[in-house]
Amino acid sequence: MSAGTSDGRARVLADIRKSLGRSAAASVAIVPLSGNVPRPAFDGDLIERFAAKMLEKSATLARLATLGEAGAEAERYVTSVGAGRKLCVSKALVEIAWPLGLEIEHRAAVREDETSITPCFAAVAESGSIVTLSGPDTPSTLNFVPENHIVIVHASQVVRHLEDVWAQWRASGQAMPRSVNVISGPSRTADIEQTIQLGAHGPRRLHILLVAD
Amino acid sequence: MRVGLFVTCLADLMRPSVAFAAVKLLEDAGCMVEVPAAQTCCGQPALNSGDNADARAIARQVIKAFAGFDAVVGPSGSCMGTLRHDYPALFANEPEWRARAEDLARRSHELLSFLVDVLKIERVDARYDGKVTYHDSCAGLREMGVREQPRKLLASVKGLELVEMSGTEECCGFGGTFCVKYPEISTKMVDDKIANIQASGAGTVLGGDIGCLLNIGGRIRRRGLPVRVIHTAEVLAGIGGEPSIGEPEQT
Amino acid sequence: MQASGSTFTKRASIAIHDTRLQSALGHASGGFVHKRALQVAALPEFEALRERAHSVKEHVLSNLDAYLERYEAQVTRQGGHVHWASTAQDAQRIILGICRDANARIITKGKSMVSEEIDLNAALEAAGHEVIETDLGEYIIQLAKEPPSHIVAPAVHKTREQVADLFDKHHRPLGYTKHLTEVSEMVDEARQVLRQHYFRADVGITGGNFLIAETGSSIIVTNEGNGDLTQTLARVHIVTSGIERVVPTLDDAVTFLRLLARSATGQETTSYVTLSTGPRRGDDLDGPQEYHVVLVDNGRSKMLGGPFREMLRCIRCGACMNHCPVYSAIGGHAYGWVYPGPMGSVLTPLITGLSTAYDLPNACTLNGRCQTVCPVKIPLPSLLRELRRQQFESGLTPAPIRFALKAWAVFARRPRLYHLKTRFGIALLSMFGRQRGALSWLPLAGGWTESRDLPAPQGRTFQQAWSARKGARP
Repeated sequence: MSAGTSDGRARVLADIRKSLGRSAAASVAIVPLSGNVPRPAFDGDLIERFAAKMLEKSATLARLATLGEAGAEAERYVTSVGAGRKLCVSKALVEIAWPLGLEIEHRAAVREDETSITPCFAAVAESGSIVTLSGPDTPSTLNFVPENHIVIVHASQVVRHLEDVWAQWRASGQAMPRSVNVISGPSRTADIEQTIQLGAHGPRRLHILLVAD
Repeated sequence: MRVGLFVTCLADLMRPSVAFAAVKLLEDAGCMVEVPAAQTCCGQPALNSGDNADARAIARQVIKAFAGFDAVVGPSGSCMGTLRHDYPALFANEPEWRARAEDLARRSHELLSFLVDVLKIERVDARYDGKVTYHDSCAGLREMGVREQPRKLLASVKGLELVEMSGTEECCGFGGTFCVKYPEISTKMVDDKIANIQASGAGTVLGGDIGCLLNIGGRIRRRGLPVRVIHTAEVLAGIGGEPSIGEPEQT
Repeated sequence: MQASGSTFTKRASIAIHDTRLQSALGHASGGFVHKRALQVAALPEFEALRERAHSVKEHVLSNLDAYLERYEAQVTRQGGHVHWASTAQDAQRIILGICRDANARIITKGKSMVSEEIDLNAALEAAGHEVIETDLGEYIIQLAKEPPSHIVAPAVHKTREQVADLFDKHHRPLGYTKHLTEVSEMVDEARQVLRQHYFRADVGITGGNFLIAETGSSIIVTNEGNGDLTQTLARVHIVTSGIERVVPTLDDAVTFLRLLARSATGQETTSYVTLSTGPRRGDDLDGPQEYHVVLVDNGRSKMLGGPFREMLRCIRCGACMNHCPVYSAIGGHAYGWVYPGPMGSVLTPLITGLSTAYDLPNACTLNGRCQTVCPVKIPLPSLLRELRRQQFESGLTPAPIRFALKAWAVFARRPRLYHLKTRFGIALLSMFGRQRGALSWLPLAGGWTESRDLPAPQGRTFQQAWSARKGARP
């Protein structure tokens, strides 16, 4: 542990309190800020908005009637983008029947991985985002390391605002995970001449499997 | 309505026709206009250079000179912005002067927004033939809400065709002492503004602040360009035949 | 990096004559400005969000000590460590200590402006660590050994040819021999080169756009995903963040997220928003084993108690510089330090000293566009004027300017004297002007006459003419 940390702490807090015109001893209890949080209002079907926004952000999307179709769609997809047959898949999806042509491994991602498949905790219609929580079955490297990231989203998971996702998480009673990812499209950069380029460091492709249930 | 005209130092020294135009517009609108003699400057040069002591002294002078008028009106968004927004803050520690400054602030108006928003004037009787474009001076736009009012009145000027340039809201590079402290940056900014003016196809550029117009006009004249530079009030008052700001005086 | 505002005018001049830079600046600013305007037009709640963000920030600042303690308690509960750095040197020392204890050879970095503020990379390299910036813009300027010129788009001043040349020089030894011409090729090559570093890194250092007191989380907002790879793959994750970045709850964070990308790049949202809370859990399959947050004060607590408190609301979006006509004319390097444009003109003197950065608060027309677009409503022009006031009262204003101001004020405060003098002066100027047309030769105010004519005044002052006219009336 670094030396002098507690001195630094005392000094910074004392300096803050001095500026706020308070004694150095302790904080004053916080009176929480009240008032409404403005949230963008929008009409229309949440699922359609989610899908449209994802497509706007250069993700691709396939609509499935049931989860059972996921395996075939995954195979079709990796073929269409010229990726290999080996996929690293979240253990939370272990019950899906995968086609024999695919080699599925349930683990965190490694450098050589080309394609991953993960579930999500929720999806947000306002911004066209999916939200994932890290955990033993949902390692977050699956979201960032491979070139292709496939995400299974159930229509019933789509909520209006990101605040609704937080409410769901609080209601679930789960502890805060190490990592919460809000993903709104594939990786991109405009750092060279303001020219947008996909696949900077994270996945080059984000493919959403939107299951109708 | 008894109006005290805030002349502005630039109008007083460099372009009295702007102040005469203001008087005419106000009188035509039915106001009784007086010009307190004990006015010189709004104090912006001191204020913007951090010399608050002198700024306060000048402010007190202005407050006293304009006591009792129903409205204080000037042909400049920047000077009137100083009266309205900066004077009260200058007297944060002097409650009596602060109250007087706030009273002045409530009565202070930029000329064209006063005509349109307060006096409800919708048209003027004037003529100016040709294509003109309009520069939104920063203080007028952002401090005094001047944007639609000049355009509304210009729409009633016979023969005048208003073409909007791109970047009407971009700073021309005057900025008071900025233009003489950082002349190279200022010149680049005014050249960008002139490029927009030329691209609009207009033969004349109008604006509501003499500082901006001196800057634009002075650069246009140095570069030998054929664009005329006039204060909006001069066109609206029908004295837009005056020499362009930047041309030498014809006597 | 070290500050050097004293050569501002020289740097500005170089920038103005640099045609490649001018072209890059025009392209960049125009894009950000236009895209932001579209986003704002499409969101009726934008003003309400700004107002809310302003309120939340003010509330946090008034309770900053309590919120930081709450944040710290949550981080610690989740297995992370919080370190408090009063000065830049303290922050360096703390981070060096963590890296030394971790036997770090290779350190990857996500973009962190505060890490540049404390000059971290130089300290790490001096201590023998290899530091690799992973944000593409930061990587490019690291190769070029230049400071960032914009807080969101650090390499905005570089053309693609310049980037290609940098890649030629630095990637050739790694086996990349093709000279690149397309942006897509350059991004792909950077992706490949940087990928190996993520997997070799011992320590990953990121910034923290926001720190959430409710959960002890730090948030990073990126488009590239580099911050995520940096913090997930290394053994040790260090978050560097200013003390003012804390927000109360997850819900409050969403308000700021709604404003940040729209204000910065004109996107509704960036590709990735990540909340990190502590190290990997017992049964996690990936993630850092250690999680450290270094809270940096470096003058912020002092700002809190004075007239510059409002600057602490800044969320580092860059909207102010995108809309600043001076920044658009001279670019970021002219400002001489980490933070350019309007926010830099306030922060740099406050952190590095009023005299070392004399020009920054003065090289501003006070046009106010920055304040109009600031998502947290910082009154930047007022803060710049307050800096000028402090400069004036410390005697930092150069003598010629003080003299000219004083002379003007002497007359402006005495109307009768003023009118006498100006009548005389105007008559003189008018006479000379008539003789030679416009007053191009005038020795005074050389800054004006270098590039602009000064028209001859109209002959009499208005007050003179008005008195004459009134005298003539019945």
